[in-house]
This record gives sequence, structure tokens and C-alpha cells, in this order.
Amino acid sequence: MITITVDGTRHELDVDPSMPLLWVLRDVLANTGPKFGCGQALCGACTVHVNGAATRACVLPVSAAQGKAITTIHGVEGPVADAVLAAWDQVDVVQCGYCQPGQVMSACALLAVNRAPSDGEIDTALRGNLCRCGAYQRIRAAIHAAAERLTGPGAGSGSGSVRGTAG
Amino acid sequence: MRKRASHGRRRRRSHVVISLAPAMKRRTFLLAGLGATGALVLGWGLLPPRQRITPSAPLPPHDGEVPLNGWLAIGTDGHVTAYVPKAEMGQGIHTALAMVIAEELDADWATMRVAHTGIDRIYNNVATIVDGLPFHPDDDGVIRRTMAWLTAKSMREVGVMMTGGSSSVKDCWEPMRLAAATARAQLVQTAARAWKADASDCTTANGVVRHRDGRTIGYGALVASATPLASPGTVALKAPRDFRLIGTAQPRIERGDKARGRATFAIDVRPAGMLHAAIVHAPVLGGHATRVDDTKARAMPGVRAVTIVPPLRGSTGGVAIIATSHWQARQALAALDVTWDDGPAATISSADVTRALETAVAADDGFAYHSVGDATAALDGAATRLDATYRAPYLAHVTMEPMNCTVVVRDDGAECWAGTQVPGLARDAIASVLGIDAARVVLHEQYLGGGFGRRLETDVIAQAAHVARAVRGTPVQLVWSREEDTRHDFYRPACVARFRAGLDAQGQLTAWLAHSASQSVVRAYARRHFDIGLPGIDKTQSEGSYDLRYEVPSVRVTHTHVDLPIPVGFWRAVGHSHQAFFTESFVDEAAHAARRDPVDFRRVLLANHPRQRAVLERVARESGWGTPTSPAPDGAPVARGVALHTSFGTTVGQVVELSIGPDRRPRVHRVTCALDCGIAVNPNHIAQQVESGVVFGLAAALNGEVTIDTGRVREGNFDTIRPLRLPEIPVVAVHVLESAGHPEGLGEPGLPPVAPAVANALFALTGVRLRTLPLRLPDSVPLPVTPAAT
Repeated sequence: MITITVDGTRHELDVDPSMPLLWVLRDVLANTGPKFGCGQALCGACTVHVNGAATRACVLPVSAAQGKAITTIHGVEGPVADAVLAAWDQVDVVQCGYCQPGQVMSACALLAVNRAPSDGEIDTALRGNLCRCGAYQRIRAAIHAAAERLTGPGAGSGSGSVRGTAG
Repeated sequence: MRKRASHGRRRRRSHVVISLAPAMKRRTFLLAGLGATGALVLGWGLLPPRQRITPSAPLPPHDGEVPLNGWLAIGTDGHVTAYVPKAEMGQGIHTALAMVIAEELDADWATMRVAHTGIDRIYNNVATIVDGLPFHPDDDGVIRRTMAWLTAKSMREVGVMMTGGSSSVKDCWEPMRLAAATARAQLVQTAARAWKADASDCTTANGVVRHRDGRTIGYGALVASATPLASPGTVALKAPRDFRLIGTAQPRIERGDKARGRATFAIDVRPAGMLHAAIVHAPVLGGHATRVDDTKARAMPGVRAVTIVPPLRGSTGGVAIIATSHWQARQALAALDVTWDDGPAATISSADVTRALETAVAADDGFAYHSVGDATAALDGAATRLDATYRAPYLAHVTMEPMNCTVVVRDDGAECWAGTQVPGLARDAIASVLGIDAARVVLHEQYLGGGFGRRLETDVIAQAAHVARAVRGTPVQLVWSREEDTRHDFYRPACVARFRAGLDAQGQLTAWLAHSASQSVVRAYARRHFDIGLPGIDKTQSEGSYDLRYEVPSVRVTHTHVDLPIPVGFWRAVGHSHQAFFTESFVDEAAHAARRDPVDFRRVLLANHPRQRAVLERVARESGWGTPTSPAPDGAPVARGVALHTSFGTTVGQVVELSIGPDRRPRVHRVTCALDCGIAVNPNHIAQQVESGVVFGLAAALNGEVTIDTGRVREGNFDTIRPLRLPEIPVVAVHVLESAGHPEGLGEPGLPPVAPAVANALFALTGVRLRTLPLRLPDSVPLPVTPAAT
């Protein structure tokens, strides 16, 4: 038996210890927040937090996740997550949306340790998260907006929207 | 009552009915609509515009909603659901179409919801098929107008429900506005009757009917007793100047669900008892399994069934395994011992493809899609002649959500969960595989994790139906690996084109000749979906070239179709994706040959195309064209390149600023975009789509390539197929020109200009003209240095 804790809930599972965490989440626990994109840690769609660190669930054997706190997009919470999700809404980041749970999880992990990341630091932290729709500049803007929400005087407003101009 | 423009373009009903045998009808119409010519044998009055409002079966009632027609339902609590027949694949169409409904209905935007329609002929895509007719966009002659009208008529009746061709707003604009305006009039009539008042004394706003004396009643309280209009012909649509919602920047309706992992893609459905399947395809495109030894695989944990999957809807054959988890199914694939029949592609490699296309370009003049004057004679008489050959490779779609589909086969029919751009064809594919009537297939459309044309195909849907037969009564979800997804795509065709131009002594273009060669996508698509062979005309492969807007006195644009055993399909922007690169690079070559500024050179050629000229001037102004550039952060010199291209009705101009990194790769710092897309429904998502097109097109320009080695695709996962990543992204600035034109396409037009703008900037920077995609600077080219550093 494998025992894992996902979004605060403990599960005892009769699964192959070498089964990647992603498939345990999606096919055994029916948690479809983390997405399958590549199976080789090349796209970041499956990103979850393991003890707070952004981790590619598609290559992590479930046995390696035992005894650690696994957080998925469905369980991520707290001021950082609130700021990130509010910024994502404000900047209207998503297009098809498939990669977005992974992007949000990577952004949360970055802001948890760096409340005022530079463009370069954002690029480094999220370079493993592919977005085929090309929502990248809004992702960058939303992370800055989330940082402002976390550190700015307004804490709850913040700018960072990207808009087309008319006229 | 607020002013409404009269809906003046009511078409006369006619009583002449077509006389084709029913069995012939569908195929003849498809022939006509898919770009062939000559086969139009249609009658008038097939489906008057008003008949696109009411579906053959009413919308399903749920959440206390009352459907008023095929496009909207209103809840007794006052919320409004827009029923949309278009797939949401990131382009923001659910939000845009909800805005269209809310505008004409005068609904409260905050209460709007969106649901998918079922499959019905009123939702058939008319706009794309009409746009598919091979006429030059400047041609407004009677033949073109008649063909367009006839095709529109026929496609309403027998066409295909489809999201693609950047057509969704264009296609739904009239029926949805008419449906919403009719519903609004019904609500007003109902309120007036209850008040024993005159409807002309009532106005509407934010989901409420208001009488001039101050009485109000919400739509929710009216909807249950709303009755059809006494005279539907009196309904008028708003004049654009009266729009309150259309033209405002609205956020995406489903953004919250998507960011929080709550949106359901097809790969996320979990019907009770569902099993998981994985597939391995024949390594050679078009191959199939002849024998499989599954002894070892069947003994592996969780495995429930092994099944040979024949080629279906254009797919390569394979072997699938059903197991209790996808991972178990995938593990077991490795234990299969399969004998493959390679098929005819096994002798083909990329070099053979290029050679075949080059031979076609050299040997055959091709079909002339556009011809003005005697271009050959004009070229002979020119003072300066240019002659250049351009090349583009196969490209894969690479949606982030890999190909997948879930099907359960039951005794009384089948149920399917899919993300598809063609729900009707998807349903037909399942019915065909199972040998049942399409009416017995229920399709649940989901969000699409990217489409880009890949989900116009029904291969994985047919496969899922085939696989699910092995465990009748149990839902099965078939998911491809990333490698299978890349290696078994329907690729953007490789293309070779020869361009020639003549300039007079003053540097004016006098002759323009383009001849390209590629496989035909329309022909391939028609064969795998409708089992029909089309004749040789497919304007989608010449588009972006034959529809040249530049005013050159003599023009000849031709294309030759070459048959090759590599599956090809509709890739974002289709022919424009590479023809714009050829055309806009070659215009730049002509400008430089004439020693003219590339923007000025283009402007002079657009004297009679004010919309294109305005976009060009705007992008030049916004980008600071003609002003000095600042060096890149690493000190490398920066140059600009411009491109202008019209596709899917929308004109986009782009100016790229780039430098070259120490790794010799272009660093694109900024892309300034201006566009005219007609009435801009939602400027926010218009900007988003152009940003998306730039990134998608840039990935193709810099990295995009699918190569074939003895019938096998070399590229596989994201280490070899390389979309752009965050550090490679330029700043994209989007400027939307104000326009009163009919709303035009947006999902694709942002893409075509970026590759030529990059190539043109690279020329400005290095003096080297790159004519082959992807753009790679030869090692022999010295890197430019800043004047300060020399």
C-alpha cells in the first residue's frame, strides 16, 4: 500500500509504486486538475506542489511522494494563491486554458519564495511551462500584478492588465 | 423606444425547390462548397435566413430555463444562456457570441451563461464555405456574388457544423443577432400584453422591460409566458452606433474555471466505471498492424483488452490496449509484439518531398488562381528582374491537450465525450465505425485544449469508438502520447514556390508571377471524411498568394497540387501560414531592388486598397518605423522588418524588432501589430488572439519543422518539437483600427505576417535573404556589430 496526502486528504492506495503521481491523481483519485501534456517533464502542464515546491507529477513515482504534502490546483490556497488567481482573472490570461493549472502552480511556487520577481526571474521560474496559445506576456504581467497585490500598498488592487487599444 | 436600423437585406422567399435525388444532394453540395467549381446545381429558397433561428428540435430545458429559439434560453430567475454551436478552443468565441446575444437581447451581461448547442443544420457553418470559393477578394462581379449566394444557401442545408477558418463571429453574426432581437421583441410583446399597453411604449435594458410610465418587469418573470411574435418580419437589428456591449473589452467568461482547474476538457471526463486506453501507431505514416502477439501485454497488471485499430478517417493503423489506468495501458504497449505493414510512405523522406515539389514548380505552370494582363511578357520587358525560390516544411499542430476521446458503446447506441471542431462529422465517424444510425450517437462537446485545425479531424474519435467496442457498456478514454500526437498528425503541407517580379527603370513593379506546389488539404480532407474525390482546385493552398492586394499591372499566380503519401490537414492560417511568408518576403526583395523604403514601397502599391493602406500606416507609426533603434540588452544591434497581410477578412500589419544572439538565433524583442477586422466585438480577445498568432507564428518561423525519414516522423516530444517558451517571447503590442465593416476573422490572421516580418528584419540586419522556413542564419554570415563596438 502507498499512502499519500493530496490537498490535505490522506489516501491509502493499492498502486504500483513506480506509477507516476500524475496518473495516480488523474486515474485513481479522479483529480483532473493537473494535466497530461508530455510525460517527460518537458511541458509543465502536470505541475503540482510537493512540500511547496513546483514539481512535475508526470515523472515523479508515487512512492517518492509518500510522506510529503501534495498540493494540486484544486487545493492550492492562501494569500499567494489568492493573489495569483485574482491577477490571472484581472489580466485575463487564459486562452484554451489547458496549461493554465500548471502555470498557476508554478507562479504560486515562485511568489511563495520571491515576492517581487523580475522579468528574468519569472522567465527562469516558468520556462518549463509551455503555452501553445502564447498567453506568455499576460502570464508575466499577471505575476507582476500578483506580486503587487502581495506587497503593494493597496494589497487587493494592482495593475498589470494587457489590453488592445481601440481607435 | 430606442432607434433601430431597419433590417434591409431581407431576401425574397422563392418557391423553386431543388430537384436532385436525395442521395446525390449531399455530395454535390459538398463538391460545390469545398472549393471545386462547376458542380453547383442548386435551387433557390432552401433555407431562408430566418430558418437559421429555430432548430429542428427545441433546446433541452434545464435550470428552469425556457428556450426561445435555437440560440438562447432565459431562466425564470432572469439569467440568460447563450447557446453556441462553436467550440471554445482558446479563441474566446463563447464570450464573443454571448456578447452578441446580450447586445441584441439587452440582457444583463452579469447574468450571461454559455452552453453548447446540439447538432442541427441551423448551426452549419456557412461563412467558411463561402470564403472557400476561389475568387479574388477584389472581385465583386456577378459570378462571384451568385456563387457565394448559392453556396451559402446550400451550406445551410447540407453543410458541416464547424469551428474553423476564423469564421465563428462572421458566421453567427446575423442569425444570433436576429435570434436575440426576436426574443427581445417577444419579451416586450409579452410585457405589453400583461400591462395592456402598446409595445412601442416599452424599452429594454439590462434584462428588464420598462414602460414609459415607469413600470418594469424582468425577463425572468416574462419568459414562461412569452409567445411567438405575431409578425416576426418587423424585428430590426441595432445599428452599430447603438451597441452598448459590442466593442467593449470584456474578460473571458470561463477564465476563472480554467485558471482554477475546474474547466473540463475531453481528457478530464470521468464517466462512472471508465477504463483507459493507450495506442501505438504503425511507425510509418499510413501503415497498419497485420498481426499482434499480445500474450505478454495481456498478462500485465490492469490490462483488460487488446485490439488492433485499423486506419480510420485518415489515421494510421495501430494497436490499442485498455486498462484500469492510462499508465498501465501505456506500460503494456511496450510488451506487444506487432507486425506492421508499412504502406507506400516507407520510401519517402523529406528530401524526396522537396524534390517532388521542386520538380512540380519547374515543370508545370499549374492552375491560375489569379491572372491580370500578360505577366510573362511584362517580365520579359522589365528593366530589373527578380527570381527567387521559397520553401516551407511540414508542420504539426501540437495542441497542449493531446489527442483523446471517450466513448461508451451500448446496445442502443453510443455516447461520446470529445473536444471537436466538427461535432457533426465526429458523430458520423462514430456511427460509421459502429455501423449504427448517427441519431443513436450522443456527443458531449468539451473545452478544447487547443485546436489550430487539428480537431477538424475525427481520427481519434473513430478510434475511440472502435476501441470501446471491446468492452461494451463501459466508457473508455483513449489518450495518445505526445510522441504519437506529433508523429500522427495531419500536417501543414510542405510547399515550394518560385516567385518572379519585374521592375521598370523607375523601380515600379510591372510584373508579378508566383507558382507554388504542395499537397491539397481540401482533397485529402474530402477523401477521408466524405469519401469523395475532388478535382484539382483547392484555393486554400494558394491563398495568401493569389489574393495579392498589391496593385501590380500584370499578375499571374498559379499552384500545382502534388500527391504524396503524407497526411496533410488544416493548420492555423492554412495556406496563408506559408504563402504570406513567401509573398511578403518577396515584396521586400522588390522594395530593396528598387532601393525604396519597404513601407513606402508597399504604400504606393495600395492606392486602391484604403483599408490595407491604413493598417500599414498605423503599424509604421506605432512602431516608430524610420526612427533609429536602440541596441538589445546585450548590446547587439536591432533592426526592424515589416509585413502586411490580409487573411480571413482581416488585415494585419506587423513590425518586428530583433537582434541576433551569440547562439546565432534571432532574438525578437518587440512585435507591433495593427489590424482592421471590421467591427471589433471584444477588443480584449482580439488583442489576445493577435498575441497568440504572433507567438504561434514565431515558433513556426524560428523552430517549426516536421521531417520525414523513410515515412517516419523524426520529431516527437517537446525536446524535438519546440513551441516557444517564456524567455523567448517578445512584447506584443496590438492596435485595433476602428471599423464599421462586417466583423471578420481573428483566430488566424495574427499569424501569417510574423515570419516574413522576421525574415525582412534579418535582411535589414545582415543583408542575407532567408527564403526557407524555419529561418536559420547560415554559419557563413558574420554577426552584425553595433557601430560603437567597431
